[in-house]
Amino acid sequence: MSEAQVRTLPSIEQAHDGGPAPLVPKRRPFGVWFKDKGWRHAVGIVTTIFAVFPLLYVLSAALDSNGTLVGSNGLFSRFDTGNFTALFSDPSRPFGRWFLNTLVVGLVTSAATVFLGAMAAYAFSRMRFKGRRVGLLTLLLLQMFPQLLAVVAIFLLLSGISQVIPALGLGSQLGLIMVYLGGALGVNTYLMYGFFNTVPQSLDEAAKIDGASHVQIFFGIILRLVTPILAVVGLLAFIGISSEFVIASVVLTDPDSQTLAVGLYSYVAQQRSENWGVFAAGAVIAAIPVMALFLFLQKYIVSGLTAGSVKG
Amino acid sequence: MPKPDLHEPPASAASTTPVQPPRGTAHPKVAHQDAAHRTIRNGLRGPDSIKGTILKIVLLGLVDAFAVYVLMMLFLSQSWAALAVSSLVVLAINWIYLRRGGLPAKYLAPGVLFLLVFQVLVVFFSGYIAFTNYGDGHNSTKEDAIAAIQLTAQKRVPDSPAYKAAVLTKGDTFYLLFTDPSGKAQIGSTDEPLTEVSGAGKDSTGKANSLPGYETLKFQEIVANQQEILKITVPVSENPADGTLRTADGSTAYQFKPALRYDTATDTFTDSDTGTAYRDNGKGAFADANGETLATGWKIDVGMANFARAFTDPSLRGPLLGVILWTFTFSVASVALTFALGLFLAITFNREDLRGKKVYRILMILPYAFPAFLSGLVWSGILNPEFGWLNQTLLGGAHIGWLTDPVLAKISVLVVNVWLGFPYMFLVCTGALQSLPTEIDEAARMDGASPWRVFRSIKLPLLLVSVAPLLISSFAFNFNNFNVIYMLTGGGPRFADTDRDIGATDILITLVYKVAFGQGTGRDYGLASALAIIIFIIVATISAISFKQTKALEDVN
Repeated sequence: MSEAQVRTLPSIEQAHDGGPAPLVPKRRPFGVWFKDKGWRHAVGIVTTIFAVFPLLYVLSAALDSNGTLVGSNGLFSRFDTGNFTALFSDPSRPFGRWFLNTLVVGLVTSAATVFLGAMAAYAFSRMRFKGRRVGLLTLLLLQMFPQLLAVVAIFLLLSGISQVIPALGLGSQLGLIMVYLGGALGVNTYLMYGFFNTVPQSLDEAAKIDGASHVQIFFGIILRLVTPILAVVGLLAFIGISSEFVIASVVLTDPDSQTLAVGLYSYVAQQRSENWGVFAAGAVIAAIPVMALFLFLQKYIVSGLTAGSVKG
Repeated sequence: MPKPDLHEPPASAASTTPVQPPRGTAHPKVAHQDAAHRTIRNGLRGPDSIKGTILKIVLLGLVDAFAVYVLMMLFLSQSWAALAVSSLVVLAINWIYLRRGGLPAKYLAPGVLFLLVFQVLVVFFSGYIAFTNYGDGHNSTKEDAIAAIQLTAQKRVPDSPAYKAAVLTKGDTFYLLFTDPSGKAQIGSTDEPLTEVSGAGKDSTGKANSLPGYETLKFQEIVANQQEILKITVPVSENPADGTLRTADGSTAYQFKPALRYDTATDTFTDSDTGTAYRDNGKGAFADANGETLATGWKIDVGMANFARAFTDPSLRGPLLGVILWTFTFSVASVALTFALGLFLAITFNREDLRGKKVYRILMILPYAFPAFLSGLVWSGILNPEFGWLNQTLLGGAHIGWLTDPVLAKISVLVVNVWLGFPYMFLVCTGALQSLPTEIDEAARMDGASPWRVFRSIKLPLLLVSVAPLLISSFAFNFNNFNVIYMLTGGGPRFADTDRDIGATDILITLVYKVAFGQGTGRDYGLASALAIIIFIIVATISAISFKQTKALEDVN
C-alpha cells in the first residue's frame, strides 16, 4: 500500500502544478527519486500508520455499540452512538461528573501553578538576594524527584489532615489540588526563569523611574510580555494533571469526586472486555479536548519543551 | 527553530507596552509630572500604593482567618506538634508580608510553602515511615489497638439478663432505648455510652418506647434499616472492658463482653474461654506462646527491618532484584529506542522541499497529544491475548501471549512506550538539528566528507550536547513511568516463585503502589516507603553523576 501511494505522488504533483514549466523540476527516474525523497515518504507512511492506528482503533470501538473487546476487532464495521448514550446513563459511573472534576481540578491547578511559578520566576530573574543561586539549583534538583514517589506519605499526611479539617483531607479535590501545587515550582520556574530573562531589564527600570511599584511592574509589564510562556506552562500543567493517576486514585475515593484517569481506569480494571465499547467512547471524549488544545497550540508547546535544551 | 516562536511576541508587545500604562494608582499622571515632583513622590512612596496596601491587608486577613480556623481545629484535636509547627508557619507568613523590604521572599513564599509541605516534607515523612511497621493492622497507637481488640472480639455474657429495647433516631444517628429488668430506662448509641433517662413513654408491657426529642422507628422502618441496627453497639460505660449492649431484632438486647480480657498490670490479653495469654511481642502485636498474633496491632519503629526484609525475605528478594534490573532495562531501552527513532525521523524529514512534511508531522505527534493513561489501556485492548485485535484480526486467531508471556510482555511494554515517546524525541531532535549552524555542514562537505561522516563526526556530537539534559530527564521520567506499565499489564504476568503480587513487567514505582495500596494483599506502608526511599537513592545518584557528565560535555564544546 505504501508503495502504491509513493508511486502516485509525483503524478499528483504534476497534475496540480500544470502552470509555468520552469518551476517544475524535470521528471526524474523513479530510482533516483526514491533514493533522494521517496524513502522518506515510505518511512513517513509506515510511521504514520504506527502512530495513528491505535487512535483509529479506539475511535472505531467507540462507534460500535457491540460493546465487547472481540466485537471491536472489525474496524469501522458499524456506526452508532450507543456507547455514548450508555456512557452518560450509568449512575454508578458518573462520566459527566468525572469530566467536570477533571476540568475543575486541572484548570484550578494549572492557573495556580502558572501564578506561583511566575511569581517565583520574577523573583529569581529580577532580584538579587542571598541564596538565589542555591535556590535555583535546588529547584532543578527537586524536579528529578516526582511527587508520586512519596505517594504513601502524601496519603498518610492527607488522612491526618482529614481528621482535623475534613474539607482538605482524603476524598477532597481541594486537598488534591494542594498536593499538586507542591510540584508547581519545580520544572515551571526554571522554564519561566529563562524566558523572563529575555525581557529587557530596562523596561522595568523605566517603569520604576516613572513611579511604578514592583507589583505594578510584575502585573502590568512582565506578565503581559511573557504571555506565551504562561500559556505553555499552564497547558503543560493541565495536560499533565488530567493524566495523573497515582495520587488522584489514592486521594479521591468516592466515585462522584474522581477524575477521568481514575474513573476510566475503573471501567476496565476488572472486566476489561465487557465494558470495552463504553470505555472507548469515554476515552474518545476524554482525549479530544486535550488533543485539540495540544495541536492548536503545538507551536508554543514544542518551543516550551525544547527551550531548556537549546538554552543548555 | 522553537526559540523565535516564543521570542517574537514579547518583542512586538514590548514596543506597545510603554504606551499603555500598567493598571493601578494615579500612574498616568505621574508619567507627565516634572522630575522634582517625581523625586518627592518616590521619597514618600512606600513599597506599595494605598490601593495595593489595602488589597494586601485584605488578602493577608483572609489567609490569617483561615489559619486561625486551622489552628483552632488543631488545638481541639490536641495535635500539639502540628499546632506548634503551623503557628510558626503562620507567624512567618505574616512577618514576610508585613515587614518592609525582603521583597524576594514575598514573591517566593506561596510557591515555596506548597513545595516544602507537599514535596519536601513528604519525602522526609516517607523516610520516617520506612522505619516503621505502618500498614494494615498497624496503623495507630498501642492504646487504640487495645481498645479496638476489646471492642471487636466480643461475645454474649452467659446468663445475662435480656433488656427490652426500642430503636430511636435523632438526626442521622440511631439510638437504642433500653428498659432493664427492674424497669429503669436508659439510652445510648454507638458513640454515646449508656445514660439513664427519665420521662420515657412506656407501652402496656412496661417497655420504654419513646422519648421527647427522638423519633421512634416503626416495625417497617426497623426491617428497612436492619443492617444499620445490627451495627449499633452501645458501650455500657466509658471503659471498653465493661462490654456493650446489642440487639439483633430491634426489640431485645443482650449484654456482650470482650472475649479477650486485658490486664493492665501484666500488659496481657487473656482469652476468657481457653485461658491463652497474649503478650506484647515487641513487634507491634500481641502474640501467644506459639507466635499466633491478634489481628490488630499498633505502629512501632522497626529500624532497618523493612530494608532488611526487602533483601532477605525469600518471597521478596528474588522478585525485587528482577524488578530493579527490569526498571533499569526499561528506562534505558525506552530512552535509547525513542531517541533513535526520533532522531532517524528528524533527519528523514529535515528537508525543506519534502512534500506533505506538515501532514506527516501532525499525524506523527498525535500519540504524544493522546493522554498517556489512556494509551496504556487502549493498547492493552489491542494486545489482549484472547480477544485483542492483533491476535484475532491481524494474526487470524493466534494465541500469542503478548501481555501474559514474561518476555513478550516486556517487549510489548517497550513497543507501547516507544509509541508514546518517539514524537517527543522527534520534536526535540528536529528543533536541535535546525539550530545547528549550516556552515559546518557545508565546510565538511567541501572537505570531501560523506554524509554519514558528517552526521557521525559533526552533527551527532553537537546534537548530543544540547539534547543530553533532555535525555537525562527522559530517563528519570521513564524510571518512574507508572502509567504505561500499570495501565498496560498491571505489572503482570506474576512471578511464579512468590505469593506476592509482583510480576515480570513491574518497575519499582508500580511495586511501591501495589505494596501500599494493592487489592487483596494487606497494605504495608512501611515496606512501600522503604522501596520508595531506594528509588530516591538510585535517582539521586544517577542524576548527580549524569549532570556532572553533561557539564563535562558542555565544557568540551
